[in-house]
Amino acid sequence: MDLTWSESEEAFRTEARSWLESNVPTPSLPSGDTKEGFALHLEWEHRLAADQWAVVSWPKAFGGRDASLWEWLIFEEEYYRVGGPQRVTQNGIFLLAPTIFEFGTAAQQDYYLPRMSSAVDLWCQGWSEPNAGSDLAAVRSKATRDEAAGGWRLSGQKTWTTRGAFCNYLFGLFRTDPESERHKGMTYFMVPLEGDGVTVRGFGRLDGDEGFAEVFFDDLFIPDDDGTPDTMVRGGILGEVNQGWGVAMATTSSERGLTLRSPGRFQATATRLVDLARERMGDGLSQQMADAVADAWIDAEAYSLFTLSDVTGVVEGVSMGARSSYNKIFWSELDVRLHEVALDLLGAEAELDGPWMKGYQFALSGPIYAGTNEIQRNIVAERVLGLPRK
Amino acid sequence: MRFALTEDQVEFRAVVRGLLADTCGPDELRAAWPDAETAGGGPGGGNGRVPGAWSALAEMGVLGIMVPEAQGGLAMTEEDLIPLLLEAGWAGLPDPLAATAGVAVTLLRHASSSEPRAQELLAQIATGEISLGCVFANSSRSNSTGLESTESASVVAVSNFVPAATSLDQILLCLDDSVHLVDPASLHLERVQSVDGARDLFHFVVPAELGESTALLTGAAAQAATLAAFDFAALGAAAELIGLSRRMLEMTILYATERKQFGVQIGSFQAVKHHLTNASLAVEFAEPLVLRAANSLALGNPQASLHVSMAKAKASAAAKGAAAASLQVHGAIGYTVEYDLHLYMKRSWALAGEFGDVEFHRRRVSAELLAI
Ligand SMILES: Cc1cc2nc3c(=O)[nH]c(=O)nc-3n(C[C@H](O)[C@H](O)[C@H](O)COP(=O)(O)OP(=O)(O)OC[C@H]3O[C@@H](n4cnc5c(N)ncnc54)[C@H](O)[C@@H]3O)c2cc1C
Repeated sequence: MDLTWSESEEAFRTEARSWLESNVPTPSLPSGDTKEGFALHLEWEHRLAADQWAVVSWPKAFGGRDASLWEWLIFEEEYYRVGGPQRVTQNGIFLLAPTIFEFGTAAQQDYYLPRMSSAVDLWCQGWSEPNAGSDLAAVRSKATRDEAAGGWRLSGQKTWTTRGAFCNYLFGLFRTDPESERHKGMTYFMVPLEGDGVTVRGFGRLDGDEGFAEVFFDDLFIPDDDGTPDTMVRGGILGEVNQGWGVAMATTSSERGLTLRSPGRFQATATRLVDLARERMGDGLSQQMADAVADAWIDAEAYSLFTLSDVTGVVEGVSMGARSSYNKIFWSELDVRLHEVALDLLGAEAELDGPWMKGYQFALSGPIYAGTNEIQRNIVAERVLGLPRK
Repeated sequence: MRFALTEDQVEFRAVVRGLLADTCGPDELRAAWPDAETAGGGPGGGNGRVPGAWSALAEMGVLGIMVPEAQGGLAMTEEDLIPLLLEAGWAGLPDPLAATAGVAVTLLRHASSSEPRAQELLAQIATGEISLGCVFANSSRSNSTGLESTESASVVAVSNFVPAATSLDQILLCLDDSVHLVDPASLHLERVQSVDGARDLFHFVVPAELGESTALLTGAAAQAATLAAFDFAALGAAAELIGLSRRMLEMTILYATERKQFGVQIGSFQAVKHHLTNASLAVEFAEPLVLRAANSLALGNPQASLHVSMAKAKASAAAKGAAAASLQVHGAIGYTVEYDLHLYMKRSWALAGEFGDVEFHRRRVSAELLAI
């Protein structure tokens, strides 16, 4: 066991910290899930990209710094410690990018990744449909082959698309084999959200922001990718036709596992919770409340340590596999607990539309998105504990 | 950065696991109970010990793992011993492994520079000749409940209970500001009924005749040693609780794949799956806290006590959860002493409260975080 950082990792931390401290906007930006807020977040993303802080763990050629997984964790810790803005690029850089690295052609990597890291293209995630939520294999949106025109025609509807109204691309599953059922016969498409045949309607989430969208496809044409920017700008296919399920699963495990929610985020929230409790101590803090603060804070530490052991495994070549579902359950429920305790500390002030109430409402979506926690519990039970499926 | 056991530690752990699987199964555990009936079988007349397992551990040098080389030990650290206590927990070993190899060694190492008695005891631990008990007791000598706490309770949880007392060679008695070496035969011991018979628990009253002749450490040195020893005791219990939890969950998962109702394996029911996932989630996130605390103790990290408390609070809660889920998923068969589950479940209940329960350790954390 070696729980210390190397000299070069410490140097990386110092560099990240000083850059963040002098660049993170204050006061903090309005929510990136509103039109005005999104524009400001985009500026921030451009600033990150300009100094190569947008995607530290990527190769330099695509806008990164070739940072190790450890350095990525350090960056995240520092990012949330100084209260860095939410990442409106997250669905691209954390969810689509790992899939492009794994399944994309060299031309696709060269074209899409730099545009993604520099926030030229903004990606949203198109899994869910009105009748395909937890049961993602029930996807009905389809892509029909148009041999004469040399491409695919997309139709159908996606929904709950986070920041869909502000993004210019979507990645998602479309049924390409009309005879197919369930997991077979779907293809992973990258789709532009501008042009004929696509309509995006934004709508409000629980917290009042226009963070959701539904996306309608009506004969949207996507030409075959001939490896040139002219076709790639109009979208394309990731992986093989009819093999989309396997490709998509690679993305969902990134979502549940390491990349979407690093421990730094929750440790920062836990630190703010402790600060809040200290502030409130003048009003007399009950032992019960102090205990609740301590308990939530311990859980944030536990999540961080669990992640360190996961990363050790990954670095040494052990795949997380279905264990990533443990992460997803834990961080999402931890986030809810941290906010619940904060609201309890606030007492009557809790109802005011402040950062804790806002954060609480967002935390409550954690057990729903990225595969509901009921589904994650099924996955752990069946694939980690080995209980029978049926 | 590397948060994992070393190859050697993994190997050592596997060997100990195998050794305990051979020498400390449910039959041997039942034989450690004084009373065959409450044990659900066995010969009865046990004294809280599994001699076959103890001598095998002694032979392997496990007892002297943290003893300095000068006294014939392996001079290894908490980081090496704690993983073995995970295995002791898994096996349900009732013997004073944590007490002898961890807590006592910690105390004796503090005393060894000035005390030939301490050096001698360390050497005897290393050869596996002796087993020791360690108690963090209330110095109010008339205390008869064994539960009353003192001012120092915010740092060290006290209790006047000692398991397997009649089998011990010596007892190290930690009071507020002194550490004494006492012969169990000289103590007024009263057998009490632990929920876990294999602990063969005794209550004692701190003897009046303690003094210079019994003292190994006094004053600030005693306080420092006591705190370090208590931290090890709490962390050792935490490690055993994680092992116990894993054992109970393994048994339960196996049962849930064998037992059928409504024509299907009960493990296919979602309610059953979620019970077991919740229990295992708590264990998976408590274990890293335990391993980190072991590293902190080994390195003398100034935050070691905090790390120990985080680990013990979460391990105690995880074990109680694992016990509850295991019993529920077993149904009535888990509710009988003839089935093995109770052996591990009862140990979990006992250890969950030993050396500070969830509340106690959470408070050590909140005191540190909030400076209260
Ligand atoms: C804030 C937020 C952002 C989101 N962003 C996106 C996005 O960007 N892109 C996207 O594609 N989707 C997004 N989603 C949608 C999300 O992926 C779905 O909400 C989720 O997959 C659940 O689907 P559903 O809402 O249709 O619920 P349902 O699947 O209808 O589930 C309803 C309830 O039934 C339970 N349930 C269903 N099946 C089972 C089962 N087999 N066993 C046990 N319980 C079950 C669920 O756990 C849940 O509690 C987002 C959701 C939220 C809340």
